[in-house]
Amino acid sequence: MFDFIVFLVLLALGYGFGQYFERRHYQSIREREQELKDILIIQTKIIPRDYTNHHDTFIVNGSVVISVDYFKRFVAGLKNLVGGRITPYETLLDRARREAILRMKEEAHASGAKVILNVKYEICSIYKGRRNQIGSVEALAYGTAFQATKQTLGGS
Amino acid sequence: MIISNLELIPGKRVTKHLGLVQGSTVRSKHVGRDFMAGLKNIFGGELKGYTELLQDAREEAVSRMTEQASSIGANAILNVRFSTSSITSGAAELFAYGSAVIME
Repeated sequence: MFDFIVFLVLLALGYGFGQYFERRHYQSIREREQELKDILIIQTKIIPRDYTNHHDTFIVNGSVVISVDYFKRFVAGLKNLVGGRITPYETLLDRARREAILRMKEEAHASGAKVILNVKYEICSIYKGRRNQIGSVEALAYGTAFQATKQTLGGS
Repeated sequence: MIISNLELIPGKRVTKHLGLVQGSTVRSKHVGRDFMAGLKNIFGGELKGYTELLQDAREEAVSRMTEQASSIGANAILNVRFSTSSITSGAAELFAYGSAVIME
């Protein structure tokens, strides 16, 4: 009986705080994405021709370790029985990836770079709870940044 | 030392390829951080201690790779890749590798 009460309390705490943290995190992600939208990510390995005057290229990276809450882990465990889409983990990975990209862009911004090339993602679950359920994941994003001025080829 | 994940650096020419260089480190967290992680596993959210730990470890892996590259006389590492793998639930391996070259 006592165990059951503890379980319910943990579930309620996880639900309350988890939802709150997630909403706040999404809000901050959206705000910062808006701020940093000038920094362009181009998924090629060669600098496009319309960027001239490029100076040094350097590597930038951003990473975050993010944890799923107790309630979501419980829901995901239930969903595992019936199969299908596991939304709690989808938002976890989405948040981790977007946060990693933002941190990478912040690093690029701090060094005055405007463009990031060849971005790679890496994701790894670093902490497993009981019964091998995902506890927390690390997302890493890295790419090559450079400072450049864009030639005006008919347009901005 | 130029470190880049491109295959070519614009405006520079590769004069010699020196082969693969790599650096790795395995890190685990201490008990205090583990306790905080346990709490965060209930509430959810970012584990700041882990983020810093893995960032530090990644820098260590890169510096080992750089050391290896400079010991064979390279002045740039191209096409660098990172990889992370969790060994057990307590430790993670951070690995960086790339191609060492001499550039002019």
